[in-house]
Amino acid sequence: MMDPRISIIPERIKDVKRRIAIVSGKGGVGKTVLASLLALGLSSMGKIVGLLDLDFNGPSCHIVLGIPEDTSIKEEKGIIPPLFNGIRFMSLELFVKERALPLRGDDISNAIIELLAITRWGSLDYLIIDTPPGTSDELLDILRLIDGLETLIVTIPSKLALKTVSRLLNLLKMVNTNIIGIIENMSKGTDMVREFARREGIRYLGSIPYDEKLEEALGDVDALKRTSISESITTILHKIIGLKITR
Amino acid sequence: MLNLPFVIEILRMVHEWALAESIVRAVLDIMRERKLKTVLEVKIAIGQLQQIEIDIFRDALKEISEGTILKETKFSIEEEEAEFKCRNCGYTWKFSEIKESIKEDEAEAIHFIPELAHAIIRCPRCGSPDFIVVRGRGVRIVSLRGIT
Repeated sequence: MMDPRISIIPERIKDVKRRIAIVSGKGGVGKTVLASLLALGLSSMGKIVGLLDLDFNGPSCHIVLGIPEDTSIKEEKGIIPPLFNGIRFMSLELFVKERALPLRGDDISNAIIELLAITRWGSLDYLIIDTPPGTSDELLDILRLIDGLETLIVTIPSKLALKTVSRLLNLLKMVNTNIIGIIENMSKGTDMVREFARREGIRYLGSIPYDEKLEEALGDVDALKRTSISESITTILHKIIGLKITR
Repeated sequence: MLNLPFVIEILRMVHEWALAESIVRAVLDIMRERKLKTVLEVKIAIGQLQQIEIDIFRDALKEISEGTILKETKFSIEEEEAEFKCRNCGYTWKFSEIKESIKEDEAEAIHFIPELAHAIIRCPRCGSPDFIVVRGRGVRIVSLRGIT
C-alpha cells in the first residue's frame, strides 16, 4: 500500500529554516569541500547548522571536517545527529564505516527516505545537503521529499563542467526549485562562469581560488578556517544569508 | 513489573518510536485524503531485515495513537520474512539462513537503514554484493479499514 515514512518527513524538518542542497553538473568540482566549509562558515557565524551527506557512493564530508567514523549514534525517538564543531552531522558513513555500499536506484531512494524519516534535526537555521554530481537519484529524491529545497550550484571554470551545469539547470528549472546561484570554484580569474550565469539568468555568488594548502588542512577544522577558501566562502555566505527566500 | 512512565521512557529512546510515529502520521494523512471518520484497523507488515522489536513497536504505536483519533484503532502487525535474490547468479536466499553470520554492530546498522545490508550481506553462492531485497525490507502499511 503506502510508504508511511514519507508522511513523517515534513515533521522531521519543520524547524529547519533553510534547506540547501549543494549540487553540481559533474564530479570533482569541490562540492563536498564547499558543502562542508559552508556548514562550518555558517556555524562560525553563530548559525545553528546541520550537514547531511547524501553522496552515498563517496561520502566524504566527515573526512573534510575530521569527524571520527567510530562516532556512536544517539537514539531518542529516532536518531539525533551527533554534534561536531557546532555542526549536526548525518551520513551513512557513520553506519557503514568505510565498507563499500553498492546501492542501485530503489535502494538509494529507500535509504534516503529512511534517513529523513528517522533523523531528528531539531531546530536549525540551515541544513546543508551534499549530493552526488549530476541529476542523480539522490538529487531527484530530495527535490520531491524536501519541501522548500533551495539549490546552490558549484562549478569550475571549464567548458565541460558548464555544459553539465546547463543540463542540471534544465532539471532544476523544470521542477521549479529555488536556485540560490552558482559558485565558481578553483577560479582562474576568467569571466567564463560569470558570463555563463548571466546567460542562464542565475545569480553569480562569487569565486574561490585554488588553494594548495587545502589538502593538508583536510580533517583539521582550525586549519580549514585559515585557508583562503574559507575566507572566500565567508563573503559568499553573507550574500546567501541576505537573500530573502520564498516557499 | 516495570512502572508505566519508565516503560514509556525506554520506548522513547529507540528508533522503533520514529517508525511508529510515521505509521500514525500516515494513517492520519490517509484519513484526511479519503475523508474517513474512523479507522477500525490498520494492517502493518514488518520486514524481518530491519529487525524491529515488535513488542516495543506495538507499545510505541499504542502510546502515540493514544492522544489522537486513532486511540480505538486496532493495529495488526505481521512479520514478513526477508528474502534476497542475487542479480549476478540468480540465487535466492532467506535472511534466517544468514542471520547468524551477521555481527552485532552490522545488525545495528541494518536496523537503522536496511539498505546498509548491501555493505554487509553477500550472495551465499557467488559472493556478489549486488542483490535485490525481494521482500521483508522494513515497515509498511498493508491495508486499512475505515468508515467514511
